[in-house]
Amino acid sequence: MQRTPVNVAIDLGALGLDTIEETSEEFSIGAMVTLRQLEQHEGLNSYSDNAIKTAVQDIIGVQFRNMATIGGSIWGRFGFSDILTVFLAMDTYVELYKGGVISLREFSGMKYDNDILVRIIVKKKPCKVIYDAMRIQRTDYPVITCALSCIDGSYRAVIGARPGKAVVVEDTGILSEGITEDSAEAFASYVASNVRTSTNMRGSAAYRKHLIKGLTARNIMRIGGQI
Amino acid sequence: MEIKLKLNGSNIVREIAPDLLLIDFLRDNKCFSVKRGCETSNCGLCTVLMDGTPILSCSLLAARADGHEIYTLEGLQEEASAFVGFLADQGTDQCGFCNPGFVMNTIALLRENPDPTDEEILQFLSGNLCRCSGYEGQLRGIRAFLDSREG
Repeated sequence: MQRTPVNVAIDLGALGLDTIEETSEEFSIGAMVTLRQLEQHEGLNSYSDNAIKTAVQDIIGVQFRNMATIGGSIWGRFGFSDILTVFLAMDTYVELYKGGVISLREFSGMKYDNDILVRIIVKKKPCKVIYDAMRIQRTDYPVITCALSCIDGSYRAVIGARPGKAVVVEDTGILSEGITEDSAEAFASYVASNVRTSTNMRGSAAYRKHLIKGLTARNIMRIGGQI
Repeated sequence: MEIKLKLNGSNIVREIAPDLLLIDFLRDNKCFSVKRGCETSNCGLCTVLMDGTPILSCSLLAARADGHEIYTLEGLQEEASAFVGFLADQGTDQCGFCNPGFVMNTIALLRENPDPTDEEILQFLSGNLCRCSGYEGQLRGIRAFLDSREG
């Protein structure tokens, strides 16, 4: 931190962006809200079936999560991000100081610029979310992250730590006849074949494909209440 | 720049460089329990409490502590003394370098959750790395302390 040259640093800590506001329509999460606040927020975790808590709880340690912010995680659009993965699974938007409100999915594909992330907005659409990740050991970076959601009856898989940043794969009708072992396997194969993976020190591209297939099929069965 | 904060119960005012890390500020102020470890927010050695919340002093500028209350182990000896003997009984402090950070985070755990399960203990303390032990001794020590209170 001390060795990074910074010409001008502006502390935005006093802007009051460290709170989570909940209305009947949405959650408004200030960019300075810590990962620990996300982990402990009853409303968010009730809405997400504890998926947010699950996504956050293996990130380094409590002390780190008391300091790391959702703004830092979302703005960074890091490949390894559990946060980006789980929020892409919901109907999520970002509010940019200059760019206004845009979907998180659109934001995740944008190039870095000098705008400022103000808050993250999660619309309270009828939603079920499941989050899972594979780690070599607890608190390590994930080998793969996998979220699955059903929003207004539409299924969506989000795969991150490919090791590239998280991508969304929508169901094209494979699950429209209901969730069975066969349809879950078919959707998992579809997701695995539509997500590009590569190799790094944590796992090979082929291993990641294997994990995507297994985790997605399991998550489909979990979201359908079969397991 | 000038910062004012409460350190271990005492109000202090200091002139600091804007890029001074909190860990260096604390050690400059004779809080030598605060250890320098990974310097990448991973090991938990430099854990201190800011307004009662455990944070990593290697990853926070001292300027951000302005107006806040910081506690290091030097200021929490009495609170720590309630359970550190149970840790010692299990031989957890082999080289001892991780101990201050571990004890600070255990204080934070017990304040937040006075009766944690084993899984809650492991989860809360997962950000404190120890290279001597396998963490079993720490778990046994905290469990022994908790069980002694019930008795």
